Amino acid sequence: MKTAVVVFPGSNCDRDLAVALELVTGRKPAMIWHKEPELPEGVDFIGIPGGFSYGDYLRSGAMAARSPVMRAVKDAAARGVPVIGICNGFQVLTEAGLLPGALMRNARLSFVCRKVPLRVENSQSLFTAAYDAGEEIVFPVAHHDGNYQADEATLDRLEGEGRVAFRYLDEVNGSARNIAGILNDSGNVLGLMPHPERVVETAHGGTDGRRLFEGLLETVNA
Amino acid sequence: MKARVFITLKPGVLDPQGKAIHHALEGLGFSGVNDVRAGKLIELDLADGTSDSEIEDMCRKLLANTVIENFRIERLENA
Repeated sequence: MKTAVVVFPGSNCDRDLAVALELVTGRKPAMIWHKEPELPEGVDFIGIPGGFSYGDYLRSGAMAARSPVMRAVKDAAARGVPVIGICNGFQVLTEAGLLPGALMRNARLSFVCRKVPLRVENSQSLFTAAYDAGEEIVFPVAHHDGNYQADEATLDRLEGEGRVAFRYLDEVNGSARNIAGILNDSGNVLGLMPHPERVVETAHGGTDGRRLFEGLLETVNA
Repeated sequence: MKARVFITLKPGVLDPQGKAIHHALEGLGFSGVNDVRAGKLIELDLADGTSDSEIEDMCRKLLANTVIENFRIERLENA
C-alpha cells in the first residue's frame, strides 16, 4: 500500500502517523508539504495528521483546509482514495467540507489529554474492518477543540447511515451524542479525534490502534 | 474602504467561552449579567469598489464556518 501523510506548518503528529504506517505497510509514507499542489502518483491512502496547523488561527483546521494540497486531497477523496483525518486532521476535513459538522472548543474549556474508552459502532467500514461491531477499545485523546457538533438532522442521518464509526463510552469533550469519529457518505473518509497512531505497539501501552491500519491495509489490498 | 465582519455563534450553539466569561464576571461581583456570547471581529481594508457579494463570499468561504457561525458585514464608507 502506497501511503502519504500531509504536513502543514504546525502539524506535530505527522511523524507518529508515518511510523505507524511504515510499521503496518512495511513502506515509508510520502510526506507531502502543504504547498504541494499534487499528491504522488498511485497513492492509495492519505493521512491528515494531528497538531496545530497554522497555529489554529481563525478556527482549528480552517487555514489548512484552504491550502493547495487540500485540493489534491479532495480530488483523491472524490475518486475513492481512503483518507483519514486524526485530531487536527479531523478538524481540517470538516473545515474542507469533506465531512459534515464542526469541532468546537471542548465543553468544559479544558484541554483533554488521556486514554479514553471507545466503542466501535461500525465494523464494516474500510477503516474498522479489523474490529468487531460494538467492540470496546482504548485510544488516547489530546485536544482542545474536539466537541463535535452538527444539526439534529445531520446527526440523525449519520446515525441512520452507520456513519458514526467510533463513540466515546463516557463524556469527554461535550460532543453531540458522544461522537468520536465519523465517515463520509461514500465511506472512504474517516475523521476522528482520538489517536490510533499512538497505540500501535506494546511499548505504547496498547495496540488497539494498530488494527485500524491493518484492517485498512487488508481491505485496500483485497 | 474598510469593512468589519462580525462573526457570532449561531443561537443555540453552546458557547463555553461565553459561559466562562459570564462566570468570571459574576466572580467579580457583576450580578446583572444574564448571558454572554463571545464572537470575533475581523477588519478588512479593501480596494474601493469591492462589492457586498464579494465580502459575503469571503465570509462563506473562509471567515465564518456557517455550520456553527453567523456573520454580519458592516461597511465603513469613510474609513
